[in-house]
Amino acid sequence: MTLVKEQSEPEGADDKGGTEPAGDGYVPSPRRLERERHRRARTRRATAIAAASTLVTGVVLYLVVVSAPGWQRTKETFFDGQYAREAFPKVLEGLWLNVRLLLVCGAAVLVLGMLIAVARTLRGPVFFPLRVLAAAYTDFFRGLPLIINLMIVVLGVPALRLQGVTVDPVLLGGTALTLTYSAYVAEVFRAGIESVHPSQRAAARSLGLSNRQALRYVVLPQAVRRQVPPLLNDLVSLQKDTGLVSIGGAIDAVRAADIIAGRSLNYTPYIVAGLVFVALTIPMTRFTDWVTARMDRQRAQGGTT
Amino acid sequence: MSDAPASPDGSPVLRMEAVRKTFGDSVVLRDVDLEVAPHTVTALIGASGSGKSTLLRCANLLEDIDDGAIWLDGEEITDPRTDPDAVRRRIGVVFQAYNLFPHMTVLENITLAPRRVHGVARAEAEEHARGLLERLGLGGKAGAYPDRLSGGQQQRVAIVRALAVRPRLLLFDEITAALDPELVGEVLDVVRDLKGDGMTMVLATHEMGFAREVADQVCFLDGGVVLEHGTPEQVFGDPRQERTRRFLRRIVEAGRL
Repeated sequence: MTLVKEQSEPEGADDKGGTEPAGDGYVPSPRRLERERHRRARTRRATAIAAASTLVTGVVLYLVVVSAPGWQRTKETFFDGQYAREAFPKVLEGLWLNVRLLLVCGAAVLVLGMLIAVARTLRGPVFFPLRVLAAAYTDFFRGLPLIINLMIVVLGVPALRLQGVTVDPVLLGGTALTLTYSAYVAEVFRAGIESVHPSQRAAARSLGLSNRQALRYVVLPQAVRRQVPPLLNDLVSLQKDTGLVSIGGAIDAVRAADIIAGRSLNYTPYIVAGLVFVALTIPMTRFTDWVTARMDRQRAQGGTT
Repeated sequence: MSDAPASPDGSPVLRMEAVRKTFGDSVVLRDVDLEVAPHTVTALIGASGSGKSTLLRCANLLEDIDDGAIWLDGEEITDPRTDPDAVRRRIGVVFQAYNLFPHMTVLENITLAPRRVHGVARAEAEEHARGLLERLGLGGKAGAYPDRLSGGQQQRVAIVRALAVRPRLLLFDEITAALDPELVGEVLDVVRDLKGDGMTMVLATHEMGFAREVADQVCFLDGGVVLEHGTPEQVFGDPRQERTRRFLRRIVEAGRL
């Protein structure tokens, strides 16, 4: 701990001007002051360059788009303020469906994915069919394009006219999403399980823990912790893909935009829906980054809390 | 500290007979015989790759042996009908790389097996664990995570973890090999202490001076064979085999004895 503090001191001191006495009679040497002056100058220069570069890039992009021959027409079709105002509340209403789908499917995906991953690591001849089934499941649903999976489930299942089976496109769409994403998440979990060093399992077994106890108390907690960033990544991806349930006619944000766009022959509602999704995803992405950074920091400090 | 003290019932805690273990084409253990009497310390010495660690892993059933048999307290544990978990519950192992669970505190590491395997109540397991930690000079570390401890502290926690299930036999697999020289002493002190308590131990070690001091029996392994075994005085002082003599000479030259 002390070591880390000492190393970070020059940086911290840098921000404050770097001349505070440490209490032990230490006075920064002229060498240090010169170094810090140089670093500050370099920082100022870097900031100025970044600002100038951003400004130039922005202006160039703007000019390229606005001077395009079809800009006037594009602007009317895609960026119409009136249609945007009309579409926004409808899109938001639809978005509520996407959020609910995300929450329910996300939870189901995590549970199912974990079960499949654990099934694939089970030893013993009794579990052979389970292992094969889990492997086949992940192979199949990872390979099957999500949109085709959705069409089969959302359009195919109602066509069977089965008694007692729902024809609700939201439920069916959610099922399809869960099927595909469980396969992805199962692989993430499996990678995590395999990343735990065999010596950890050996230590657990040597204490007399059974294979299952070793998995539950020693391997899985470490595996899950390590896989948080990729898991959140998959959840962000799932959040966007909830928009695909609209192919069955469920009115989510995308479908709401679609209705208005179809009626008005103006594409502005799609832009609105797109931006709303981005706005929803950004907090989640930032959260992912934050969790990752926090875990990296803890690893750097040697903590595992 | 000369001959193994006679046990009350005289029967060995661990007995190996004609044990053979291969990994692919390489024979790691060949015709190994070993007897460990109760309350004695057996030191396994020999060059890296001589089979010391494999012998310990076989005794704990972490490896299946190819031939021969192993008995723990007179029960043949290499019988395929034996429940390996039940055997491991009676044997504590301490590894070279500590192998503490990084996601658990020191206290959780120690109480995991007593609680989950032996069904001890949490309060009781923790009290026992704290007592052991206190004894090994780790009283303040119960809530710490392993990564915050020095190597010597981690290894002492690993020893407490192995002790917490009140094992019949402790296996030490080069427990000081990963430690900085100044931390070796604190771990070896613990082993001395355990010997005083009458714990039965088998240790694979490169610390020849220590083996000479605490062991009741020393086995020199070479190429998977127990080439020589006897009291420390005999093996270190008057080795019968030329290979043992050469090994010990190299050790002396390296300043380790």
